Amino acid sequence: MSETIYLDHAATTPMHPEVIEVMYETMKKHFGNASSIHQLGRESRGIIEEARRTFAESIHARSQEIIITSGGTESDNIAILKSVEKLKGNHIITTAIEHPAVLEPLKYLSEQGYDITYLPVNEKGQVTLEQIKNAVRQETVLVSIMYGNNEIGSLMPIQEIGQYLKEVDPKIIFHTDAVQAYGTEDIDVKASEIDLLSVSAHKINGPKGIGFLYKSDNITLNPLIRGGEQEKNMRAGTENLPAIAGFKKAVELRKDNKEELKATNLYFKKLLLSKLKENHVDFSINGSIEGSLAHIISLHLTGVPSSKLLIHLDLANIAVSTGSACSAGTVGPSHVLTALHGEDDPAIGETLRISFGIGVKEEDIMKTVDKIKQAVVFLKNKKV
Amino acid sequence: MIYFDNSATTRTEASVLDTYRAVNEQYFGNPSSLHQLGERSRQLLDQSRKQIAELMGVNKEEIVFTSGGTEGDNFAIKGTAMAKKGYGRHMITSITEHPAVLKSMEQLESIGWDVTYLSVDKKGKINLNELKTAIRKDTVLVSLMAVNNETGSLQPLKEVSEVLEDHPSIHFHVDAVQALGKVDLDLNESRIDMAVFSGHKFHAPKGTGFMYVRKGRKLSPLLSGGGQESGLRNGTENVPGNVALAKALRLLLKNKKATNDRLSSMKQSLLNYFSELEKVTVFSPEESAPHIISFGIKNSRGEVLVHALEKEGIYISTTSACSSRKNKSVHSIKEMGHSKEQAASAVRISLSNMNTKDEVEIFKKTFNKVYERLKAIE
Repeated sequence: MSETIYLDHAATTPMHPEVIEVMYETMKKHFGNASSIHQLGRESRGIIEEARRTFAESIHARSQEIIITSGGTESDNIAILKSVEKLKGNHIITTAIEHPAVLEPLKYLSEQGYDITYLPVNEKGQVTLEQIKNAVRQETVLVSIMYGNNEIGSLMPIQEIGQYLKEVDPKIIFHTDAVQAYGTEDIDVKASEIDLLSVSAHKINGPKGIGFLYKSDNITLNPLIRGGEQEKNMRAGTENLPAIAGFKKAVELRKDNKEELKATNLYFKKLLLSKLKENHVDFSINGSIEGSLAHIISLHLTGVPSSKLLIHLDLANIAVSTGSACSAGTVGPSHVLTALHGEDDPAIGETLRISFGIGVKEEDIMKTVDKIKQAVVFLKNKKV
Repeated sequence: MIYFDNSATTRTEASVLDTYRAVNEQYFGNPSSLHQLGERSRQLLDQSRKQIAELMGVNKEEIVFTSGGTEGDNFAIKGTAMAKKGYGRHMITSITEHPAVLKSMEQLESIGWDVTYLSVDKKGKINLNELKTAIRKDTVLVSLMAVNNETGSLQPLKEVSEVLEDHPSIHFHVDAVQALGKVDLDLNESRIDMAVFSGHKFHAPKGTGFMYVRKGRKLSPLLSGGGQESGLRNGTENVPGNVALAKALRLLLKNKKATNDRLSSMKQSLLNYFSELEKVTVFSPEESAPHIISFGIKNSRGEVLVHALEKEGIYISTTSACSSRKNKSVHSIKEMGHSKEQAASAVRISLSNMNTKDEVEIFKKTFNKVYERLKAIE
């Protein structure tokens, strides 16, 4: 298994060895319940508050604006379902290419009578400020736009949108799902006028089962999970101390190597594309290289069914994806590619998502290109 | 250090910790990914689910992984509310439930639901006649805890199951966080539809938990998204946590009888000891879980005792850790008919299979010293 070339970092990432170490030590030494009044509890509480500061600083927020959750999906659910509850107005703006953790809660709200505008994306997979301007209404209460897309990597003009919304109607809540962008983009929630921002640890070499939601002091939110008074009544449940400590480590590590990692990822992305061209593999990019996350590239390999290509690569111990990992069991057509190209476009069944991260080596890219080429030739010949 | 606060949280078992670590190192794939790494994670996750189901005597389709007990309780209650609001808007619970249940109920009340809170007797038990009277045509859920987290008192789940036999459409939810491995819970035989468990209460990692949901019972998800856990609980699965959880459960249930005998005998030894101390009152009823003792020294506030013992390296707690940071009275003890002053004196010892008889003896010696000081307070 060690020889597997893992190019699916957008689905999940391996935990950094130092993160594992921190978690291991934390579980051994600091097992006290952070709500306990004795010394063991106070130690645990201290670790959590330190981590909260680290999380806050990483997005230029204040510590009290960080709610620790079980991950990106929970953060998105809270942000969508619990921000609009007491607001007057029933209109929400989002994009057609959001993650299911945003789309599903929105579907629920639409059943409850909310009017949802799903903005289409351009050929780069982006929405524009103009579209937002045209969509905002008197009744708009929430705008939820992802920071960077998980399938094609497109980055949205978050700062422009945030600043515009602040200017036109500061009461409109602005949420962004930053699960893919956190740890790769420079996020400044204050400069971008973001009210709610979702983050997950396992996408940045941290543990699964932990994440946070940034909630600006300027807005109010109802808790989704209630019970004890943890997270200042915003998220009940015994704090997941080892995962919080591990997540903190992952954030610190990423802070130190973010620029380097980004440059490496971009280098690999360009290398992959140029080598594919050199090898005469027929492909086009879903979205664009400009204005996209460095670690994600989505390729339409003309005439090659991706489900079959995936198996070929898998047998060669190369782990990539056809789209997002989050459609557990049901491999339907990607809503992102459908939004990008229209229904029935061949790209929908012929797309490969490759995503980079720590541990990827240049020779991995070369081998991957090699195997893609072999598989494409095989699959195309077979068809004829 | 003597750690007698196992109902707040437990130390992760060393071998469970090793499992957690090994899975992280070797199986980091997302179970929803189609490649081998994903497939291996998927298989491992399925194995864990199967193992838990077998240990609990239920089908693997009836096990849902969660982030813990609080999420489970919220999911059972609000998931029922959302799925069954067309049938009725009434729920029944008891006054001594965990905040994860009570706060969920309060939230439903705030949006127009009706909730009946059953009282408890001196033993902490609900009255079955009161339950029967409370059931209405529009009742959709009965939610009761198996073991009270503050006193260890038990609810008569078997008798409640019998009452509910006549009301097949009502969901019966049991917060079994403190009960797992300690009291018998026959999920298959009883009328229980949903049971909630938390990993960190039985030496599994924090942030893990599972829930039993009887086949055919309709629940709406609390967290929606990518379709994981058959759509009931969405979000990338915490595979390493869930594998460690399954292992901890196996270890917990492996020597269940012997462990509980040991816990009971340690508890009895402590009870015998306390019975000789004039100013100590034990609040846990005679019939209670083998690992929890709630007691207090007359006129001495609980936190004073906690801190006095802490100085000697012994860790116990005032009440449930969840609310022990705010100066609220210990609600279960008051509801059982004790005075406000008595409730304020209450502390809790909670044992686990990591504790020893030697520790109990050291505790007694240390407690003697502390007691001599504190009993003088008028």
